[in-house]
Amino acid sequence: MSHAGLIEKIAEYFQNRSDVYLEAVARHLEISFVAAFIACVVGIPLGILSARGSKIRTFITGIFGVFRIIPSLAILLLCIPIIGTGPAPALIALSFLAIPPILINTTQAFAGIPGFLIETAEGMGMSSARIFFTVKAPLSMPIVLAGIKTAVTEVIASATLASYIGAGGLGNLIFTGLGLLRADLLLIGGISVALLSVSADFLLSCAERRLVRYRNPRIAST
Amino acid sequence: MIALSFENAVKRFPGATTNAVDHVSLDIEEGELVTILGASGSGKTTLLKMVNRLIEPDEGTIRLFGEDIKDRDPVKLRHGIGYVIQQIGLFPHMTVRENIATVPKILKWDKARIDARADELLALVNLDPAEFRGRYPAQLSGGQQQRVGLARALAADPAVMLMDEPFGAIDAINRSNLQAELLSIHGKHKKTYLFVTHDVGEALKLGGKVLVMDRGRVKQFDAPQRIVDDPADDFVRELLDSASGLRERRRGMNVGIL
Ligand SMILES: Nc1ncnc2c1ncn2[C@@H]1O[C@H](COP(=O)(O)OP(=O)(O)OP(=O)(O)O)[C@@H](O)[C@H]1O
Ligand SMILES: [Mg+2]
Repeated sequence: MSHAGLIEKIAEYFQNRSDVYLEAVARHLEISFVAAFIACVVGIPLGILSARGSKIRTFITGIFGVFRIIPSLAILLLCIPIIGTGPAPALIALSFLAIPPILINTTQAFAGIPGFLIETAEGMGMSSARIFFTVKAPLSMPIVLAGIKTAVTEVIASATLASYIGAGGLGNLIFTGLGLLRADLLLIGGISVALLSVSADFLLSCAERRLVRYRNPRIAST
Repeated sequence: MIALSFENAVKRFPGATTNAVDHVSLDIEEGELVTILGASGSGKTTLLKMVNRLIEPDEGTIRLFGEDIKDRDPVKLRHGIGYVIQQIGLFPHMTVRENIATVPKILKWDKARIDARADELLALVNLDPAEFRGRYPAQLSGGQQQRVGLARALAADPAVMLMDEPFGAIDAINRSNLQAELLSIHGKHKKTYLFVTHDVGEALKLGGKVLVMDRGRVKQFDAPQRIVDDPADDFVRELLDSASGLRERRRGMNVGIL
């Protein structure tokens, strides 16, 4: 197949099947977003909890550290005998995949706040709730967000594989391309996933930068 | 009037074989600046933290203007007690103004009052309000940070100030400026101060009264001149000697360098 032919085919695909393509992109984003959201809902509170004591921390990070080592494809495949196939199992598998980076960063962020800072806050008569919302949370936010960024980019990439167990999304394009030996579909799917990943990373990096404006490098430390 | 009184206060930490604070009884007059002197581990910080209930005594009573602090809500009690520590503990994500506004905000002052108070306090600690109120702690030198820490502690006009080696990490020139400013602030407002230090010179210079502690006990509680002229025992005498010895050595070193 010539290059010219390939480009023509891609153009043709966008002309005739743009609805399918857009739906795949939307589905891919949806499943990634929902999985990242679930991972935040689980990972952030667990991270805050495990930052409180070293015993809880060893326990929680131990469990989720295991998910980190297992490759995402293996997690997805392991899910099939346990929870079957379809969108829901795919979501569960992706969420599990996204939890470790969020959990670990949240733990490090909260555990990394110096004790004397919290002690002065208490000494001034700030309540625990106030300390949490006005000191601990904002100070931890940039690191937590960095964890979310890692998780989101991981999920966007792995969601491609998840379509193998019925999640839908851009993975469908790629697997169809593989099945029918259609290079145009492979290219469209692959490049789209890469673009989504890069844009998510870019957006979250911008948010991260805004949050750490106060760390001014202009002044030398003493 | 007695601002603060300790009656047989004892604190023993779990697992410790001795009391960190051991049957301390003393009365501190309102408006007094008391410096607390003692070796590392002698219980100075523990004594201080019992006043704002960061540490609860195992025995004894601590009264603030006659009222047992055990009967007060710790959070509310602390709004009336300024607290400054060596590590300063400014919130890095808040500007100087926001840091100073910490307690006034809890007390729900309106914005205009907070702004006015922040500027007033910055001027009091010799920082130009226009230049400094919008800065973040990372944009301040150590000495400037501790000035802001002091301003923050003074914000809601507390009756008592607790200062735990506030100038310990600050260079000699800045430290002596800060000492002078602290004396002038104390002179203006006459609040009750408890000021912990390792430095005998600092304790004698700042203290209206000096409290010498050793292994949790009070060795002497007296005016600085009386401490120098009439040390209670060998421990206090040695403490003073060690300081003057240090001064000699410093002088010698300076000559060597120059
Ligand atoms: N949280 C704690 N748990 C157990 N022991 C403690 C605790 N805090 C202090 N101690 C012990 O109590 C004693 C008094 O400590 P404290 O911090 O009051 O001394 P200090 O005079 O402030 O010393 P420094 O000059 O080094 O700050 C020390 O023996 C210390 O080890
Ligand atoms: Mg101490």
